[in-house]
Amino acid sequence: MYGNDFAPLLEQVDSAERDLQQAAGRDVAAGADLQGYFDTIVAADQKIEPRDWMPEAYRKTLIRQIAQHAHSEIIGMQPEGNWISRAPSLKRKAILLAKVQDEAGHGLYLYAAAETLGISRDELVEMLIDGRQKYSSIFNYPTLTWADVGAIGWLVDGAAIVNQVPLCRCSYGPYARAMIRVCKEESFHQRQGFEILHTLSHGTPEQKAMAQDAVDRWWYPSLAMFGPPDGDSTHSERSMAWKIKRFTNDELRQRFVDMCVQQAGILDLRIPDPDLRWDEARGQHDYTQPDYDELMRVIKGDGPCNQERMEHRRRAHSDGAWVRAAARTYAEKRAKNAV
Amino acid sequence: MSHVGYVLGLADDALVAAQRLGEWCSRAPEMEEDIALANIALDQLGVARMLLTYAGELEGAGRTEDDLAYLRSAHEFRNVRLVELDNGDFAVTMAKLLFLSVYQRLLYDRSIGVGDERVAAVAAKARKESAYHVDHSSRWVVRLGDGTEESNERMQAAVDLVWPYTDQLFEVDPDVHALSVAGVIVDPSTLRPAWLAAVDAVLAEATLTRPLDSDSSVVRRGEHTEALAKLLAEMQVLHRAHPGARW
Repeated sequence: MYGNDFAPLLEQVDSAERDLQQAAGRDVAAGADLQGYFDTIVAADQKIEPRDWMPEAYRKTLIRQIAQHAHSEIIGMQPEGNWISRAPSLKRKAILLAKVQDEAGHGLYLYAAAETLGISRDELVEMLIDGRQKYSSIFNYPTLTWADVGAIGWLVDGAAIVNQVPLCRCSYGPYARAMIRVCKEESFHQRQGFEILHTLSHGTPEQKAMAQDAVDRWWYPSLAMFGPPDGDSTHSERSMAWKIKRFTNDELRQRFVDMCVQQAGILDLRIPDPDLRWDEARGQHDYTQPDYDELMRVIKGDGPCNQERMEHRRRAHSDGAWVRAAARTYAEKRAKNAV
Repeated sequence: MSHVGYVLGLADDALVAAQRLGEWCSRAPEMEEDIALANIALDQLGVARMLLTYAGELEGAGRTEDDLAYLRSAHEFRNVRLVELDNGDFAVTMAKLLFLSVYQRLLYDRSIGVGDERVAAVAAKARKESAYHVDHSSRWVVRLGDGTEESNERMQAAVDLVWPYTDQLFEVDPDVHALSVAGVIVDPSTLRPAWLAAVDAVLAEATLTRPLDSDSSVVRRGEHTEALAKLLAEMQVLHRAHPGARW
């Protein structure tokens, strides 16, 4: 629709899925050399599965990354959930509810993928709640108007797709499989965001202004979603060697900018970067980098909504404690009676 | 109550229930429950949209689902008060959902063969969803009722709180009765015995006590609590701020 589809990227999801299925059929002989076996599997683009030996640092890196991703889905329900009650038409309300529901579902698959690495969801949730693990800094920005729901779909989900499509080829099987599923749903989210902005941009002058304001506020935080520039990225190199990560932060950021420029034209909305221009020699757009000091401040907890987001999650968790306790007690009673 | 009023009643019950259930999103006691409540909200919203569209056609004044949802005031809404009550704690939400969904399931089940083919078609789709809502809320009412001491107290308090609002589901209305005698629609006032039997069974399994019925006269549809105007103020604010805009 509107020429916006992330079709080439989604074809990559399908081809990653086919390769994953083929990889499952092949076999590398496991011997006594555990590290050697692991290295061979990774080099051959096959998948490490939960039963396989893996270096402790690989396991820890994956737990950190998958958990952070799961937490982001769960915290990410808040900024958009903020507009469910006020969605301006019943159709939009239904689409938004379904979208936020999908995010809870993504959180669940990702926690399940992390659990294959020998940690429980309860432990991960505790680490989110007490601040030991992070979630994507993007969700610490507020959704001030309805157009923000559109901007999150177009830019934030768009950036997430660009980040996540390569993860469909991640060397760890359960994560790759979860990402294939997540990416297929994210494409629908991205499209609904684009459609919201397209409708606003072609609506009344107030609606158009609302859409432009949202893009102005979400553009740089979305660019920052790809993480620090390559020179400052602490985890990148090793993750690339392990084939958890396939492209650098800057490569992905560039890909995202190039895709957005064309789409902004169709939306008839301006990307808030006066220095954005096509560089004939590079065959890519030049653009202004996001404020990485701001990114670091937000990651450290000093963003506009960090406290609110965490407080909301803690309250939901503590308000529900008596319900979870009742469910456990009831199940125990039933188990006892069944004996 | 006219035929349109009847359809609007079914539609508004579903719409207001969806609005309240949507408020839970990101606040539920478990992630699975966030998904379940959003799912039930979506089912209710889907029914509301079909019935509002139909009510607009029956009325014949060119009103769309959005006109009816966003541009009516509280006194024009036909939902029962049960659905507009605040969510309260999880026990109150489950009590509301149990009482509503048992009623909706009976109503939809019996509406499948009625003369109003549009209502019959919506009912045929919605009854399967309602069966799931009944299952989900019954299981929670039982778990909470027969769980810990605290959950039992909360669940009993919730049932006591919501019970007086259930009468309105079974309002006796002469026009609706006449339409039901003609086979056009189902008269909700006939559903009470089956509803009570189903609800009683759940309360008994949950070790909860059914409250005594009050003697007060039945409140008619169209009469509301203070909660509805606030709910609508939030639901309608953006739509009303941009008259005539497309979204």
